[in-house]
Amino acid sequence: MTTDILVLLPIIIPMFAGLIMLFIGRRPMAHRVGAALTGLLMLIITLWVIIRVYNSGTMVTFIGDWAAPFGISVVIDMAAALLLLSTTIVTFAIVVYSFQSIGMEREKFYYYPLILFMLTGINGAFSTGDIFNMFVFFEVFLIASYVLITLGGTKIQLQEGFKYIVVNIVASNFFVLGIAYLYSVTGTLNFADIYLKLDNYDGNIIIMTIVAVVFLFVFATKAGVVPFYFWLPGSYYAPPMPVIALFGALLTKVGVYAIARTYSLFFIGNSAFTHQMLLFLAILTIIVGAIGALAYTDMKKVIIYNILIAVGIILTGFSIMDQTATVGAMYYLIHDIIIKAALFLLVGFIIYRTGKVDSERLGGLIGQHPLAGWAFFIAALSLAGVPPLSGFYGKLFIVQSAFENNHYIAAIILLLSSLVVLYSLIKIFINVFWGEDMDFSKLKPVKYDKLLVSSIGLVIVSVAFGLGADLLYPLFEMAAEAFHDPASYASYLTEVE
Amino acid sequence: MKSTLKKAGYSRVQKQMHDVFLQFTSKVVFFIIIMFAFNLFFAGHYTPGGGFVGGLLAASALILLLIAYDRKTLFKMIPIDYRLIITTGLFLSLAVPTLSFLFGTPFLTHQHTYLQLPVLGEIPLHSALLFDLGVFLTVAGTTLLMIALIEGEES
Repeated sequence: MTTDILVLLPIIIPMFAGLIMLFIGRRPMAHRVGAALTGLLMLIITLWVIIRVYNSGTMVTFIGDWAAPFGISVVIDMAAALLLLSTTIVTFAIVVYSFQSIGMEREKFYYYPLILFMLTGINGAFSTGDIFNMFVFFEVFLIASYVLITLGGTKIQLQEGFKYIVVNIVASNFFVLGIAYLYSVTGTLNFADIYLKLDNYDGNIIIMTIVAVVFLFVFATKAGVVPFYFWLPGSYYAPPMPVIALFGALLTKVGVYAIARTYSLFFIGNSAFTHQMLLFLAILTIIVGAIGALAYTDMKKVIIYNILIAVGIILTGFSIMDQTATVGAMYYLIHDIIIKAALFLLVGFIIYRTGKVDSERLGGLIGQHPLAGWAFFIAALSLAGVPPLSGFYGKLFIVQSAFENNHYIAAIILLLSSLVVLYSLIKIFINVFWGEDMDFSKLKPVKYDKLLVSSIGLVIVSVAFGLGADLLYPLFEMAAEAFHDPASYASYLTEVE
Repeated sequence: MKSTLKKAGYSRVQKQMHDVFLQFTSKVVFFIIIMFAFNLFFAGHYTPGGGFVGGLLAASALILLLIAYDRKTLFKMIPIDYRLIITTGLFLSLAVPTLSFLFGTPFLTHQHTYLQLPVLGEIPLHSALLFDLGVFLTVAGTTLLMIALIEGEES
């Protein structure tokens, strides 16, 4: 009974809140209060979900009371629960950040309900146990993101938003195509059931490889993996800062999560080809991201290319797919959601305060904003993976596993990418906060206390996560189990039978 | 209609288009379409049909009126706020499945019963009807809103 409700609350609550906001109409102040309260409520619920999953294992509910392989089941295992919590933390921080940055005009046109609808879709995609249902939730958050990217209607937003919509619609079409292929092979849509059916699959392995390539095309486009990343730097540059933070922290990670889920459960028959291809693309992503991060002095661009590096690192972990690597990938996934949002919010604060996006034209801000400066410094170290901050553990496990499995090139590129990340971010830090003083009289007189509270709050969460990583290890071990040992994910189905 | 003609290059357009045939026919056809929409909506549980098709059909009936007359006349005939319709629909189709928790069953599990009425005989009652009503309202409201926006006036 409690399980039935609790599993669905992360999907239902934001949607109810968004609907209530639609009912009360264009009243930004009420929307602000509603969105913040929903964020707090969601924090409590997701924490409860984690405790519950930790104590009694994977939670499942069967929608409409249809038994597992036939109806839709919603499954929250530890990986999904951790992702739900980090999504909620980031969304709450961004909602608070939006109060002083997004502007009254956008708030009037249902900005907060859209964020909540997007949260509904993201939470749904994380917690569903059915591949077609996952497609539906992908569409839910994509439609909300189409509106968020164009909300405000400036020229660059419409131009990049159009590109974003076209790319995502093409990818979604191929998603349905891939599901159709998969269904024609296995005759089922349930994750666990597909795994069980494919476990003793004796048909043509090439068909499954083709399905794997189609799925990789779809999710790689959403996650921004290299050959299909072309839309990402442009589209993520266009919307206002809180929306960029939301997209950069969460949307690409949903694609990464989908790759991890499908590549651990479905495509294990021919992993010599599929996982090798995934590893190759991941390494390419890291290299391209590193080139981009070094090439720009524009602060937004640097952080956007850092998204590519992070996606590459996480996918390296998931493509090796043994225990150490998946634990590392889970650590890095959660770490990156939080720290990427924090970095975007800090850069956003600098941009709102100075009105400039090019780091070379700034300088000496440390005298004005010491707290923001040092928070940025810590965030930069954390993203690069300096111990004992949170990025370190993920990279340690992934690199260790890469060496164990003789992927020497991958391990070395991964280590070198940390230096690139550190260099690109410290360059911003030195340009903006040290150096010659810029003209302080040109600083914009904006209110910024909430901007600082939410961005520094996220940095503190990240530091606490890094210091407590050892304590949290059992959780991540549980989370990684679903990926390196897919039979444990499917056990809710086998136990019933 | 007026703005469409203007875009097509007619410089002088009458204050209101009067196509008597279209207007008269659409008044009659409107009711036929609406009745059929509700028929499809209620048939949906056991036979093909349901909230989505019904909603589209109901919206198309209103769009026929919109083509025959104009937006102002349509609003005078049926004064509805599209946003409220969409929101009510979404709320119904989310709240009704959530209420199934009260019966101790998972999300979207429906309850049904049979009712004996004096004239009509046995009538099946199903909570899926309320859910479908939500779908109906959402689809109809969204379609109308889109057409109204394409027609070119601010809502």
